[in-house]
Amino acid sequence: MFKGDFIKNLPKIYGTYTGGFLVFIILMAIAEQAGVSAKNIGVMFVAFTVCIYALIGYLSRTINVDAYYVAGRQVPTVFNGMATAADWMSGASFVALAGGVYFGGYTYMAFLVGWTGGYVLVATLMAPYLRKFGCYTVPDFIGTRYGGNLVRACSVFVLFIASFTYVTAQINATGTIASRALGIPFEAGVWVGLVSILICSMLGGMRAVTWTQVAQYIVLIIAYLIPVFWISSNVGGGIFPHLMLGDEVARLGELEQQFGLVKNSAADMKAAGVPGGLKYISGSHSGVPEGGMAVWKYLSLAICMMVGTASLPHILMRYFTTPSVRAARKSVAWSLFFIFLLYSSAPMLATLSKLALMDPNLPTGIIGKSISEVQSIEWVQRWSEVKQVFIADFNGDGILQLNEWFMRGDVVVLATPEVAGLPFVISGLVFAGGMAAAMSTADGLVLAISNALSHDIYYKIIDPKADTAKRLLVARVLLVIIGAAGAYIASFRLTSILGSVAWAFDFAMSGLFFPLVLGVWWKRATRQGAIAGIIAGIVSGTLYLTWVFPKFSVPMWGGVNDPFLGIDHLRFGLIGAPICLVVMVVVSLMTKEPSPSVQKMVDDTRIPTGKPILGKQ
Amino acid sequence: MSNKDAYWEKTKNHMLVTLALWAFFSLVVFMFGSELNTMSFLGYPLAYYMTAQGSLLAFVIILFWTANKQEKIDEEHGFSERGDD
Repeated sequence: MFKGDFIKNLPKIYGTYTGGFLVFIILMAIAEQAGVSAKNIGVMFVAFTVCIYALIGYLSRTINVDAYYVAGRQVPTVFNGMATAADWMSGASFVALAGGVYFGGYTYMAFLVGWTGGYVLVATLMAPYLRKFGCYTVPDFIGTRYGGNLVRACSVFVLFIASFTYVTAQINATGTIASRALGIPFEAGVWVGLVSILICSMLGGMRAVTWTQVAQYIVLIIAYLIPVFWISSNVGGGIFPHLMLGDEVARLGELEQQFGLVKNSAADMKAAGVPGGLKYISGSHSGVPEGGMAVWKYLSLAICMMVGTASLPHILMRYFTTPSVRAARKSVAWSLFFIFLLYSSAPMLATLSKLALMDPNLPTGIIGKSISEVQSIEWVQRWSEVKQVFIADFNGDGILQLNEWFMRGDVVVLATPEVAGLPFVISGLVFAGGMAAAMSTADGLVLAISNALSHDIYYKIIDPKADTAKRLLVARVLLVIIGAAGAYIASFRLTSILGSVAWAFDFAMSGLFFPLVLGVWWKRATRQGAIAGIIAGIVSGTLYLTWVFPKFSVPMWGGVNDPFLGIDHLRFGLIGAPICLVVMVVVSLMTKEPSPSVQKMVDDTRIPTGKPILGKQ
Repeated sequence: MSNKDAYWEKTKNHMLVTLALWAFFSLVVFMFGSELNTMSFLGYPLAYYMTAQGSLLAFVIILFWTANKQEKIDEEHGFSERGDD
């Protein structure tokens, strides 16, 4: 099935798959009507889709190095776009993005711009040239362009820090969704998630991950868009919410005025016993905060996310799999198109779900109603039991105010279908989508880390004479070890010590962005410059993080420090990356210019035609 | 100037134009957030629209445009791949 004209048959194969999935949704809807319990429908959704991914992973098994590392470089443009979109959109994007917009409004949406705009940098500065280079991993490019084991090892180190920060959060999300959908404890959910992730990636490496990611993208986008369109027409938002919610956004502005945006004090929230991780609305939905600092906060966050996007190895390595340089460029455009479909829908979902709860004229509205009445609503009871929503009557008037309603961000995606009166089959679908999103990103990350360790550290540095069988064995063993380490940390809920996924972007931009860009765009960049730049960038960025993040700064620096120029722990890449640039340029200019053969290598990298710098390895 | 140098010159300029467009939609627009929000588009306040949808869409369009333009530059200089993508 996966040989010969498999590539030509892709549209047919995935078309059939999509049709089959839609039929499955209809069957589940019928089952719901026939009285199958909501819980069983959730279990069937997750089990069915995960089994399909596992089957694809098994069918894509390979003993070929080129297939294992870069999917044989034959993934067509549009399919690579879908795979990248799934690789990119994590469990957090799927379940938490709309929640972020719901609570953060305009200010939070800097993430939307940051997580999409970065692809312009990927397409213009990186992807086509890395594809031409013919490397297997991102450190493979840095190690070959600058030459030497030290620079290769430095870039593997940065890759490891950035990707591992990210992967624990993904395995955590997989565990959360698996535990909720299957009704098992979180710790068990994490290991179920891990096994599913490994089945998809272990036998076939990049080839298996590519074809499962395409399948996962199809599930996740269907699972995201159906509820958005359905909810929109249910609550009177119109059939095409993206173009039709102007009035709703304006109405939210009015309601914010009417109810007032109040900031709760930390002491009040503690006294009322608000569970950790729950948020309330305190910022404007569409209003722009005034002042230069607010503008800078928005821009600085967007810059960090954009530059970080262009430095994250698990994304860059997706463009190593296209058949040509031209295809790599087009593929970036398709990736962003597929990402856009979900990202542009998240604010619409947030708007609809916010309005559903806030507008007293709607039957679903709860703000401004009496608290005892709200507490008797079925979905409020169910989500209160698991501490996902909470009511604190601060002013003691028995009426629910906007600042008295607490909710976890995930609830926006997971509960809105229920709140808006959609059948449970949709909630089951959403679980399957969340699982697909978390698994696909975790797959890509685990593979990026284990490929860098097996190819760059083991094969290139430790044992360059290793044969194919041994290399692939090492790659697979490392894959299991990395996955298990991530799951171990996630299952003990140690993820809070790793902080936010935004850190992964900051780590990557601190240590990798300029070495990658200058490797192509500046011939004068030298090995010494790159080594000094990577070390200076990652060390200064990390030190600044420890200085500005209270959990680290209290034990390490003896107190809480105010962010310098508003650069807080989400934005520490703005310290690391410029230092990396300056050090790299200065040291490069102080050292001897690269040899003619390296300069010729850079020249060849810049031209789409001709042999790749690195062939089959 | 050799063909390769001329090609790279054009590619560099094209990169700069693309990055200028990128900077406009990702940074410049949001420097004027409060001013833009007094205008409206499709009924949305403009700055809200740009961050929720407009800039995202602009990036998608920029990417397809820039890939096509670069392919033309490749062809002009005889560096076009015979692709089967």
